[in-house]
Amino acid sequence: MEGTRDNGIEVEGLVREFKKGPRAVDGIDLTVAPGEIYGFLGPNGAGKSTTVHMLTTLLPPTAGTARVAGYDIVEQGPQVRDAIGVALQEAALDQFLTAREHMRLQAGMHGIPKAEALRRGDALIERVGLSDAADRKVGGYSGGMRRRLDLALALVHQPSILFLDEPTTGLDVQSRTALWDEVARLSNDEGATVFLTTQYLEEADALADRVGIIDTGRIVAEGTPESLKDEIGRPTVEAAPLEEADLERMRTALARFGSPQRADRGHVAVRLDERSAELADVVRALDAEGIAISDMEIHAPTLDDVFLAKTGRRLEGAAREAEEAKDTGELEAVPA
Amino acid sequence: MTADAAALRAPGRLVGAHAGTLTQVGYLARRSITRTVRQPLMIVPSLVFPLFLLAVNSSGLEAATVLPGFPTDSYLSFALGLTFMQGALFATMGAGQSIAGDIQHGFFNRLQLTPLRGRALIAGQLAGVMIQGLIQGIAYLIIALAFGAEFEAGPAGVIVLFALSALVGLAFGSIGLAIGLRTGNAEAVQGVFPLLFVLLFLSSGALPRDLITNDWFQTVATLNPVSYLIEGFRSLFITGWDGEALALAIGLSVAILLFGMWAATAALRTQMERT
Amino acid sequence: MSALETRFARGAWAVAWRGLHVMAAKPSLIIPSLVFPLFFFAAFAGGLSAVDQAPNFDYPSYTTFQYVFVLMQSAIFGGVFTGFGIAADFEFGFARRLLIASHNRSAIVAGYAITALVRALLVWTVVTIVAIATGLEVSGNVGDILEILVIAVMLNFAATMFASGMAMRFRTLQAAPLIQLPAFLIIMTAPVYVPRDLIEGWVASVAEVNPFTATLEAGRDLIIGAPAETLLAVGVAAGLIVVMLNWARTGLRRAEAAG
Repeated sequence: MEGTRDNGIEVEGLVREFKKGPRAVDGIDLTVAPGEIYGFLGPNGAGKSTTVHMLTTLLPPTAGTARVAGYDIVEQGPQVRDAIGVALQEAALDQFLTAREHMRLQAGMHGIPKAEALRRGDALIERVGLSDAADRKVGGYSGGMRRRLDLALALVHQPSILFLDEPTTGLDVQSRTALWDEVARLSNDEGATVFLTTQYLEEADALADRVGIIDTGRIVAEGTPESLKDEIGRPTVEAAPLEEADLERMRTALARFGSPQRADRGHVAVRLDERSAELADVVRALDAEGIAISDMEIHAPTLDDVFLAKTGRRLEGAAREAEEAKDTGELEAVPA
Repeated sequence: MTADAAALRAPGRLVGAHAGTLTQVGYLARRSITRTVRQPLMIVPSLVFPLFLLAVNSSGLEAATVLPGFPTDSYLSFALGLTFMQGALFATMGAGQSIAGDIQHGFFNRLQLTPLRGRALIAGQLAGVMIQGLIQGIAYLIIALAFGAEFEAGPAGVIVLFALSALVGLAFGSIGLAIGLRTGNAEAVQGVFPLLFVLLFLSSGALPRDLITNDWFQTVATLNPVSYLIEGFRSLFITGWDGEALALAIGLSVAILLFGMWAATAALRTQMERT
Repeated sequence: MSALETRFARGAWAVAWRGLHVMAAKPSLIIPSLVFPLFFFAAFAGGLSAVDQAPNFDYPSYTTFQYVFVLMQSAIFGGVFTGFGIAADFEFGFARRLLIASHNRSAIVAGYAITALVRALLVWTVVTIVAIATGLEVSGNVGDILEILVIAVMLNFAATMFASGMAMRFRTLQAAPLIQLPAFLIIMTAPVYVPRDLIEGWVASVAEVNPFTATLEAGRDLIIGAPAETLLAVGVAAGLIVVMLNWARTGLRRAEAAG
């Protein structure tokens, strides 16, 4: 056919309704540039998977249009599928087949001739570190191994755009980092365009060039992680006085640096709102008042804060992680 | 990066050939057969249950062979028609549950993301049914002959027996596929089992049609297509070459197969929502 | 009744009431228990009726012959289905609530047994009506009929105890085939199609020692008013009850230990 195909994604007014219930996807507009990693971040039920199913042609949209790799998702389904590699939330594998047999099947179904299929299959299996397990049935694989095989299978027909639907949910830290490295490599070294959905903000933060935050079927914020966080504001300083009696004085002293925030017991927190105010200024101010500090932390705004600002709620997983982080913080603060 | 190490295609290069339908059938059939062979515990009930019933019925109903008009003096030989027919029942369930499981666990989506042709999926799934039917048939035949059953049709008849078995298995397997595709739920497929069981037993499976003295039952058995399928199998054992019985069985199987394929294709179209 | 007995009765009745309530609220649940016996009755009494013309088949009516089979078979299968219900209750957590809430856990098992019995009585009523409509001949007296009922009730109780013992050990519906299979084997290796003396082959030997055979034969004799080995049948059923009661009791211990 014609010359260069673009590896981008353009979505306009995408809607998906189901017979029962509200709209799962309620008018989404987004653009992913070729070679970009786009992170689609949102809580469970936000519409991430439904969007992915539509963009990968598995589900027709109720309204709106989208072009993936330059092809219309409704009119040119087969061409879209040819250009994309997909790893869905459920690593849909056959527990009775080995990794090698999976590769053979996947490659064969895409029309890759046998010799080439074997070669590519083995290369990809090695690339994701499954060479040792390649002839064992998938039923005995760990969660991390399954995800890796899923990724390898998505790549067998050399697609230019990758869709990864919650690729690290349920994985241990090691597997997660390994997958992140591979995705980063695919993007940086080979110029893949990656559309990634996740409920983990640190995943969006670490991997994505741009992030789209979705809640109840709509995009509530979009931009690079930094610009989104900057939009929200400045870091929050949280401090605890050595003497409990000084708590109120500390509160007054810090009030001039920014707006008060929720803090743990015995602590005061403010979000710094002037560009010029720095941690050093805060310490100097407290020192001037003669307030001894037992604990001081600085929290940079997170994407969770962005989500909170836009929707009034916290991302589920993030809320839990934040609690855990706070707990460990407390323990460190206890004086000897 | 060399072409080997690069996971992605160079921009602008499109994939040329797509797999032809037959090639796809090959890959999917291979998978279906591999799955069947790697799940021996699934095959065991389809062997044990009919053979147990065969033993119990042969012992219990041997007395019936002395009834005037009973076509043979070996109830064992007579009952094998029902045994082979039961195999077809298991084929239905197997095919239906397999495809329903694929839908429930997302493997169906995986296949949809390839240039999968619907016809290839159906044909590929039925390959597994064929293999299971073959294993069952061999087991039934060996055990039957070991226990002294008659096989009037002789060595040539064995080919016809397995051909008929394959045909009936395909016919009922495609119905199972249709149910599995329509419901997308393995439990729903299980729920159909009692119905097929009823169909199997309200037939001439236990006694020849003309020896059924209960009018109501005889009517049902006469109207039930399964009776003729059983009689087709049975004829190879107790009669030899009964052209009419075989023609009826083959004709009905083909009719059921055509219906099953139509139903499966229609169900697949509804299930495959991809654009 | 002593205080302990009252509590037992109350506990048992509470469980039974819930089981009956579920049955009444969801009539579809009772359909398998009804359909299987009726189906067997149709297939055997209807389809195989010619068998009684075989020489040496001395029993007056094949319909009656099969009616007794279906009665006894449904007694056993009633227990099996109750076992499924118990397994489901364990799998979905309801059983745990029962175990925590009750003083005497055996009362729970008794409650299930009451539900099973009521279900069985329902099934027997329907089957009997259908059988009478299709030519059932009863020549036994009231005493004979009562004896048949007693035997059937005892079988039902033994089966329920077996099934609950299994259900409490496995605590998952995946054990259903394990509960069903022994029941099926016992039922099918008895004189199902013809009287014992007409069975050929190894099944005949099994039928000789099969406890179900005694109950079947007694029932078949009683219903036509012929001399029956009632004592043997009752004794066999009692023996089954003793064994299965223990099975259920130890099963209950296992379930309690698992928490």
